[in-house]
Amino acid sequence: MKTQLTRLFTLLLAATCAIACRKNQNTPQSPFYDQADQMGRPAINTVFISAPDKDKFNVTTPTMMPSVFGSEMKNNLLALNSGYTTNLLGLTADQFIGVVSTDVLSASTTGKTTFFDGTNVLTGRALSDDVIDVELTLIFGGPDGSANPGLTSDHVNANDVPFLGDFPYLAGPH
Amino acid sequence: MKRRKIAIVMAGLVLVIGGIVFAADHMDAPAVKGQTTDITDLYVFEGNNTDNMVLVANSQGLLAPSSTGAASFDPNTLIQFKIDNDGDNVEDLVIQAIVKDGWMHFFGPARPSFTGTRTKIEEESFIGAVQVTPYGAASPIVAMGAHDIKMFAGPRDDPFFFDLDQFHKILAGNATSFNNPGTDAFAGTNVLSVVVEVPKKLLHAKDGKINVWLTTSKAESGLVK
Repeated sequence: MKTQLTRLFTLLLAATCAIACRKNQNTPQSPFYDQADQMGRPAINTVFISAPDKDKFNVTTPTMMPSVFGSEMKNNLLALNSGYTTNLLGLTADQFIGVVSTDVLSASTTGKTTFFDGTNVLTGRALSDDVIDVELTLIFGGPDGSANPGLTSDHVNANDVPFLGDFPYLAGPH
Repeated sequence: MKRRKIAIVMAGLVLVIGGIVFAADHMDAPAVKGQTTDITDLYVFEGNNTDNMVLVANSQGLLAPSSTGAASFDPNTLIQFKIDNDGDNVEDLVIQAIVKDGWMHFFGPARPSFTGTRTKIEEESFIGAVQVTPYGAASPIVAMGAHDIKMFAGPRDDPFFFDLDQFHKILAGNATSFNNPGTDAFAGTNVLSVVVEVPKKLLHAKDGKINVWLTTSKAESGLVK
């Protein structure tokens, strides 16, 4: 009798544990995913982060980026353009790095979405935006964008093929 | 003695600027270079229907046509749009995409169970799935899921354009300026794209603005069945 009770008790305990434990477990059907790569605005990691830190940047959350990478990014900006004073947006080196060191892409939900069209600033990123010329001008162009004329445009102003007129917008593969 | 000094300075200069390669997110960090987690670009723009926002995640870039057929999305790689809608740069919503058996599955926009670099699929916010468009398909396969969200996944022409080669020459000191006209190093190359078009109202933007960033993540426990 006692053995049977013990056996029953053990079975009940095992069953309860099986149910309770499974609810709390990280089941194989539902794993965690660990971040590997990250991107906000074009070219931020590639331009402003030194080679040894690129992997670390890719697993740093945006709120942590300024404190961890702000100095490094400013040093790399000045290494690219030692004569940097301000740029077309009127930003000092500190202010410029203050903007780009939190690597997120801002977008407007109420108006035109573009990286920069002369009027709208950082309201999105459209397929046809020449983000390279924008960034080259902000890095090399000086206060009115006219400094270092050989470096502020790569003179590649458009994609090699036209985009689609509708979803999914990107052209078919070559 | 003087020649040696110049050589050291030059070497130092090359080391400094050699670490700075100018491209959207192409030529990325060592851990992801050439992997299925290798992001090339993020785009966020109004749809043709201006009530919608389009989000594009490009990965595995610089695919020559001869390599594109063999390129594929990875069932262990979670592609995630992180969206801050109240201006604190912490994600309030995520839109997730992961491939399984030739179909890209989408989840969100949903408040993430976990913010930061260790996340889970928000299974209860399933949007729908779209068949991955095969290389060589005559037209893109698109599907509409919950909340009128449009979905696409497959190879596309890489929309990025830049004279990367000339920039490398400038960095190496072999050129002092760009050419006019320049040569697009990405012309004729492909990427793997995930494109989703979402009604703006689902993004709950405070003050008409969102901040978006794109991440790729690897499953901790290997192949998910």
